[in-house]
Amino acid sequence: MFGEEGLLNELLVLLNKLLVERFNYCVYVVLLLIGLYAMIAKNNLIKKLIGMSIFQTAIILFYVSIGVKEGATIPIYVAEHDPHGHHAEHTVHIDEANATEVSEENATSLTASHEEDHGHHGPRSLTDEETSGYANPLPHVLMLTAIVVGVATLGVALALTQRIYRAYGTIEEDAVLAAIQAEESATVIPDVLATKPKQASAKSRKAKKA
Amino acid sequence: MKKVALAVTLFIGALLLYAAKDFSAWGDLQSPASASPVSKHFIADTGVDTEVPNMVTAVLADYRGFDTMFETVVIFIAGIAIIAILRCTGADADSLALERESDVATEPDLIVTNTVRLLIPVIQLFAFYVLAHGHVSPGGGFQGGVIMGASFILVALAWDLPKAMDRLSVDRAVMLAGVGILIYAGIGLFSMLLGGEFLDYAELYHVLPVSREMARYHAMLGVEIGVAFTVTTVMFAIYANLSTRGRLEGGL
Repeated sequence: MFGEEGLLNELLVLLNKLLVERFNYCVYVVLLLIGLYAMIAKNNLIKKLIGMSIFQTAIILFYVSIGVKEGATIPIYVAEHDPHGHHAEHTVHIDEANATEVSEENATSLTASHEEDHGHHGPRSLTDEETSGYANPLPHVLMLTAIVVGVATLGVALALTQRIYRAYGTIEEDAVLAAIQAEESATVIPDVLATKPKQASAKSRKAKKA
Repeated sequence: MKKVALAVTLFIGALLLYAAKDFSAWGDLQSPASASPVSKHFIADTGVDTEVPNMVTAVLADYRGFDTMFETVVIFIAGIAIIAILRCTGADADSLALERESDVATEPDLIVTNTVRLLIPVIQLFAFYVLAHGHVSPGGGFQGGVIMGASFILVALAWDLPKAMDRLSVDRAVMLAGVGILIYAGIGLFSMLLGGEFLDYAELYHVLPVSREMARYHAMLGVEIGVAFTVTTVMFAIYANLSTRGRLEGGL
């Protein structure tokens, strides 16, 4: 009795871990499976491509949810962390501080001290505490290019589909396969001894026209 | 077949869910993606190295510049491939000529065309803003390029393809896509000539009147402009070829 309860508890903990704390991964798995199933099982080429797009969306969701960081903002510096803005402010301060020294020192020593200050107060790396306020930019970079490249590859896939439709008059996979097999069986038997496959296909085309 | 597919899918799903319980929880600060030294380096030092506030742009165009260059090449090749696949020759062109007569020619709608006339300048201006402001706010070459390409596609949708091709013919689009990659690779080669490595933008400070960090900042803008050229033109070429089955004439 006690053992069973322990098992039940463990199962509940696991479900909690999976469905509550890691819900994003569940969604990505489900989306990925929908896409995968469509790519394998659907007969229509366009439906296969829709599956491929859903699959890509699942991967994008996966990467983006990996990049999420509690209490962090998008990876763009806010004004006070921006070393460039910071840097510019500092230069102004240095100029103000140096303004009093101008009367005492000549121009060359001014620029020298200016440069020295520059080295001390120049842009600095963010501390660990400050970096924890920003999400990791890398997953976003990868997905940014993945989206655009995804559009380009989808375009190529659609072009191939159009080409298949032009050649066979259908985009149903089994009908296309049947047409290819019929074409092959119509040509291969008389051309068994033919060495060049190119000739065979040319003949088959001619036969088809006739 | 469908049952096999379902079994395979469910098996992979079970494996993925089994793996998912070992992933770090939502937003975990200690997750590998958030705690890795690479992430810390990008966040802490991007500003020092490049003076670009938008880390995504800096990682995209500078730290991973080589990768992004070939992403752009992938897009270019996709555009070329679509034209190669759909180009009509010989018998195909004849059969398409028959199809052409059955197309229904419609006059462009007055309301649609006038709305588009007002929208296009705004869209293109926004595209330039997204491109040029990509260093300090979300944006960059890919995003700006897609918006720009959309404006040409909108012309083709509202009127017809020849009207859009008067502004950007597919031949010119392919040429400009090549120009985009040349801009990207050219900046890389130029920094090589100045004594650095390929795509080592910092060396450009020899010819630009700015510091090494600002040289990287400006070179990134140049690179993004190259990307925008390629993306804009390839998006339009993809649409023009797909929507007309490679004939490049007529309406939708």
